[in-house]
Amino acid sequence: MSVPMMDAVSIRDAVRSGIVSAEQVANDFVRRAQTANSSLNAFHELFESEALEAARAVDAKVKAGKDPGALAGVPVAVKDNLATKVGRTTCSSKMLQHYRSPFTATCVERLQAAGAVVIGKTNMDEFAMGSSTEHCAWGPVKNPWDTTRVPGGSSGGSAVAAAAGLCGFSLGSDTGGSIRQPASLCGCVGFKPTYGRISRYGLVAFGSSLDQVGPLTRSVRDAALTYQVMAGIDDRDSTTADLSVEDPMKDLETPIAGLRVGVPKQYLSDANDATVNACVNDALQRLQKLGATLVEVDLPLTDIGISTYYVIAPAEASGNLARFDGIRYGHRAALKTGESLDTLYSRSRAEGFGPEVQRRIMLGTYVLSSGYYDAYYGRALRVRRLIKAEFDNAFAKCDVIAGPASPSPAFPFGGMGDPLKMYLCDVYTVNTNIAGLPAISVPIGFATEGSRSLPIGLHLQAPAFADAKLLRAARMVEKLFPELARQAPHSS
Amino acid sequence: MTEKHTLSIEETAHVAKLARLEIAPAQLEQYRGELANVLGHVAKLKTINVDGIDPLTSPVDSTNRLAADQPGATLSLDELFMNAPAVEGRFIAVPKVLAEENS
Repeated sequence: MSVPMMDAVSIRDAVRSGIVSAEQVANDFVRRAQTANSSLNAFHELFESEALEAARAVDAKVKAGKDPGALAGVPVAVKDNLATKVGRTTCSSKMLQHYRSPFTATCVERLQAAGAVVIGKTNMDEFAMGSSTEHCAWGPVKNPWDTTRVPGGSSGGSAVAAAAGLCGFSLGSDTGGSIRQPASLCGCVGFKPTYGRISRYGLVAFGSSLDQVGPLTRSVRDAALTYQVMAGIDDRDSTTADLSVEDPMKDLETPIAGLRVGVPKQYLSDANDATVNACVNDALQRLQKLGATLVEVDLPLTDIGISTYYVIAPAEASGNLARFDGIRYGHRAALKTGESLDTLYSRSRAEGFGPEVQRRIMLGTYVLSSGYYDAYYGRALRVRRLIKAEFDNAFAKCDVIAGPASPSPAFPFGGMGDPLKMYLCDVYTVNTNIAGLPAISVPIGFATEGSRSLPIGLHLQAPAFADAKLLRAARMVEKLFPELARQAPHSS
Repeated sequence: MTEKHTLSIEETAHVAKLARLEIAPAQLEQYRGELANVLGHVAKLKTINVDGIDPLTSPVDSTNRLAADQPGATLSLDELFMNAPAVEGRFIAVPKVLAEENS
């Protein structure tokens, strides 16, 4: 295996034992990212000198015999909606083109404290709104398996960086599938922890009751380790759970005896790509051979998730994005003499936000407006309780629920046409966020399109705060597909 | 099942105004069609019986957490101002808010 495709744990071990210096690692990954960026556009910015400086500090600790941390010298790529003091934090939006954060997100600070080295910020769908990373003000991100296809979204740049070996691992955010779907489409592991497990301090808010930070990695153990470093209560985010974090590394390698895998009939729909269903069925059969029990569960509200999500998420977004008014930070439009403050707000926002963000703000504004609130937002919140209850009932019969992360493999650029079609791709991931559950996508195979291989992921969901158990189940799946482990993208 | 939702251009313009978005007429017409499509789809919510069900605003049960009333480190004014588009002295500059009085 080539060094860039090593996982974070292996890189960490090599640095800690002095086999390779953190500086060398940082230098190699920054170079690789620079070269790959002309074709993939995964990064908006790379921080060469800052990364080398941070890496040298890790090397100094190794030399001095001090603990260099659980992620010593591991290069991390950070989604551009996570605040970092270094560089800019743009959310891939013209609105924040020049924005420099005066602080660093808690999750990034915790990774840095553990020795991880921030090498750059990754491109994304603007303000995390999208499933293809086509809505990025700095140009679309390309899928490393086939550059005529999307990487998924909204954490597209982070998924590409992890899958193509341009970093040790990356950070994404997931409001309705934005970590898991691009991980599935790019062939890496994407983990969205339970809502409240990782601090959202420094994450630019989209849907505050749905947003969660998580890692995109080349192995399940990396997902577990990076999660462990980031998870836990934070005084700066009052929605972080005041519950101790179960050690996800302790029993990771031990398969769960008698694992009960819930299979909702709604997930293997005929509307899915046939290869996706075939790969999911293959993974389920392999799990069964291993001793797992497949349990049929019923989730009839699966389909209504899209309608529920596309009311709640835009509603929350319309409030959260009201702060971008051209006054204190962000893009400010030029006014002609005599034009009002109100024009300054509306022109700055129209110039700063791209079309998908404008659509969602308008949708959210509509469903919250007088006369429509009860019919849309109020009703969606009631359906939300039913969706959560439906999961609770299902988890009485099983430990994890399995299905596809995405109804299809990576699709061509422009392939979705209208916005609603794109929204419908999120059918298997949005309900996870609506219910606040942990979930993960693990590579299980490929679809073949001409000479191209397009990755497919298995989506596993678990009860709230069963993150460690979910990771163990994901590790069982990963071991069933040894040929897929850390495979470098190849396009022919 | 997606039902047809009608949204007039006046309603769309009203929503854009509430959302503080200055949108050109051609773009507004495009948004009108796209929003009507999405609203037609989300109308599915009406098919779910929610009688007696309380709204769920957050997925996890959380109780209000109060911080100890102790002063701590915070961002400096310089840090807070560093992204402001227009600054005059110790103030963020904005266009005139009040109309000039006739004199």
